[in-house]
Amino acid sequence: MKKLLILLVLLTGTTSFAQNKNAKASFEVKGVCEMCQTRIEKACLKTKGVKIASWDVKTHQLKLVYNEKKTDLKTIKKAILNVGHDLKDVMAPDEAYNSLHGCCKYRDEEVLKAH
Amino acid sequence: MKKIITLLLFIPFISVAQEQLNGRIFIANEEDPMPLAGANVYWLHTTIGTVTDLDGNFSIPSSKDSKELIISYVGFKTDTLKINAIKPIHHYLHPTNNLDEVEVTTRKKSTLISFLNSQNLVTMNSEELLKSACCNLCESFETNPSIDVNYADALTGTRQIKMLGLTSPYILTAIESVPTVRGAAQMYGLSFVPGTWVESIQITKGTGSVISGFESIAGQINAKLQKPVEDSKVFVNIYGAGNGRFELNTHLNTKITDKLYTGLFLHGNIRDTGFDRNKDSFLDIPLAKQVNLMNRWQYVDLDKGVVSFLNVRYLNDAKQAGQTSYNPEADKFSTNYWGSDIDTKRLDVSGKLSYANQDLTYQNVDIQVNFSTHNQQSYFGRNVYNINHNNFYTRAIYSSILGSSLHKFKAGLNFSYDHYDETVGVYTNTMDYERNENSIGVFFEYNYDDLENINLTAGIRIDNSNLLGTFLTPRLNMRYTPWEQASFKTSIGSGRRSSNIFAENQNMFASSRLVNLLNSGGKIYGLDPEIAWNYGISFLQGFNLFGREADLAVDFYRTDFKNQVVVDWENPSEVSFYNLDGESYANSFQTELNYNFLEGVDLRLAYKYYDVKTQYTSGKLTKPLTPKHRFFANAAYKTKMNAKGGHWKFDTTYNWLGEQRFPSTAGNPEQYRLTDYTPTVGTLNVQITKVFAKSFEVYVGGENITNERIKSPIMGADDPFGNYFDTTFVYGPIFGSTYYAGLRYRLN
Repeated sequence: MKKLLILLVLLTGTTSFAQNKNAKASFEVKGVCEMCQTRIEKACLKTKGVKIASWDVKTHQLKLVYNEKKTDLKTIKKAILNVGHDLKDVMAPDEAYNSLHGCCKYRDEEVLKAH
Repeated sequence: MKKIITLLLFIPFISVAQEQLNGRIFIANEEDPMPLAGANVYWLHTTIGTVTDLDGNFSIPSSKDSKELIISYVGFKTDTLKINAIKPIHHYLHPTNNLDEVEVTTRKKSTLISFLNSQNLVTMNSEELLKSACCNLCESFETNPSIDVNYADALTGTRQIKMLGLTSPYILTAIESVPTVRGAAQMYGLSFVPGTWVESIQITKGTGSVISGFESIAGQINAKLQKPVEDSKVFVNIYGAGNGRFELNTHLNTKITDKLYTGLFLHGNIRDTGFDRNKDSFLDIPLAKQVNLMNRWQYVDLDKGVVSFLNVRYLNDAKQAGQTSYNPEADKFSTNYWGSDIDTKRLDVSGKLSYANQDLTYQNVDIQVNFSTHNQQSYFGRNVYNINHNNFYTRAIYSSILGSSLHKFKAGLNFSYDHYDETVGVYTNTMDYERNENSIGVFFEYNYDDLENINLTAGIRIDNSNLLGTFLTPRLNMRYTPWEQASFKTSIGSGRRSSNIFAENQNMFASSRLVNLLNSGGKIYGLDPEIAWNYGISFLQGFNLFGREADLAVDFYRTDFKNQVVVDWENPSEVSFYNLDGESYANSFQTELNYNFLEGVDLRLAYKYYDVKTQYTSGKLTKPLTPKHRFFANAAYKTKMNAKGGHWKFDTTYNWLGEQRFPSTAGNPEQYRLTDYTPTVGTLNVQITKVFAKSFEVYVGGENITNERIKSPIMGADDPFGNYFDTTFVYGPIFGSTYYAGLRYRLN
């Protein structure tokens, strides 16, 4: 069985090559507070294949460790957008953003100031 | 800052038409005060905030919910102002010297009941430990209502701790997470850890985690020691008390290379003045001498993820108790005068290595090895008790995640070896007891954290022991957050241990009681292992009372013994040990309120109810000398710090114990009989600390200042070699009030 698997892997080598079980990524996610942090990290961790997600309240940087065989950055990013958090170049759907708690409304200047 | 943000989130928006509070913020400590632009100004626990303009001016709507205005700016000490009337304010903000310093925007709590952990965990940090002089680990618990500190006997001045109504053998006490206060060290072990060595203490109520072993039944205590990397370069503490006790603590910490640090910790205490205030011819507190040395090495290589410790500790402790006229050279084992000597020598060597995978930070390996040898040579009047206990303990833990960091696990194994050699009896006719105990165990603990409402820890271990058999120890802890600032926890688990009947009940030797050991063919002194289940629920709610932080905790625990080695004091001429036949349980209910009453003033009130009953041969009785009701109050006041960090601290603790049942003395002649119950006892401790600067502070305090004491703590003190001599009927203080003073000096 194992041999067969190895064979299969070898055959599909072009697609599975460089698939890292512990791939790392880091990018900016917009948010303001610890509540945002929980929401962002939870959205990532609920995505199958994500092992570690840690978002820094100060720098807004999200650090990820994930299994490339099970998921990809596109899927993870989509999960983040769906809970209402903008990325550097992509805006979250308004519907998701509007459902955020009042103090997490990071697009609002006033809220940003308050933190 | 983070804390404030979280707190802010808990309060929904409230917008009502308000007045404006105007003011101006300046930089302090300047000859010509400069306005501070860009400082944050906001109301505590609200979302109302603003930023000062270029001239330091601000204008903020007044708040109905908060009277406390927070002013903060990176690099400056955050200030909280009490605003009673809306009128313009001018405030000066002090720069902090060190930018790396953690910004504390809410008040830092010295004792913290965990909201998030799945276990009922209380952490006491160094600030809490400074609330009383805390000569040793045992006394550190005096300001914490979860742990009772009791008097063990009328002779040795030993204090014993209790949790959930059960004595210290049922609490697993670890130092740096290695079970240490056990076996031969059970009785005096806590007094062998100097208070200044302790960095913080974690108290877990209920059986706790499987990782630290199967022995915990009522709870776990873990004391973390000062780390050479973090502790002051030089620390000196001098202490003197009116009861004749003097102490000296010195810590010296040095950096050897960038990665290697070492610390030398020296402790000495002496009491060479005898006191007999109650005029019963016996010393109220023993004469004592202790030398305690520890050398701690710490290796830290953060790039490689390696942290390692090596500790070597040597202890030499000598106590002399008994009649004031007793002279050991002339009177040992004679009937001239009654006297006792307890000499203990102990050596501990322990090493720890932990490695965290830097690429995958969740992967961690932790290995500990510990060796100790404990030797106590002692006699009590004509009774001899010697014990030699060697222990070897090693444990390896691997931590990682299952799929994602929402699911964590720890797995590992440990091995423990104990050799006991005891000599017991009247000096002319002693018996030897020797036993080897070894156990090997594997454990697995799974933790689920959904980052919000649920945190669950489920653990199981399988152990094989030559004396306790092969058995499973399951434990489950769960936390659920039903609404904001609330935490509901449950725990269930089992524990098992072998009872060291002599070492744990040494106070019996200082009496005329005969030891009656009912051998039933078991492997430990002819007795069976103790097995118990512990169940608990607790609820914690944080809230705001008149705009200030408060929390209320309520918990209930039940310990059910499947087997227990019953210690039966009900016949005044003997103490019997036998396997439990029937029911034995301990119910404990506690409620605790913590309230930040005014700025700098913290109150803690607690009430405890115990129902501890055991089936003795003479019937099902409440455990002797265990109060049903206990009340506890602690008030702490801290003044504002000045620019140098100078401030005052006032701390006072009141403890009230309800009546306690005396073991039966019905078999004695009338003059040697006691009432059924003890009177109630209330004690008051006070301490005042003046911090001159971060490096220097002076404290004075009084223990038991209302001078509460037992009139005649020793039964038959007039005839110590007679049939009715007994020093074990102790339910409160013997010495009365005592005052102390000390200083602490730190060089960083």
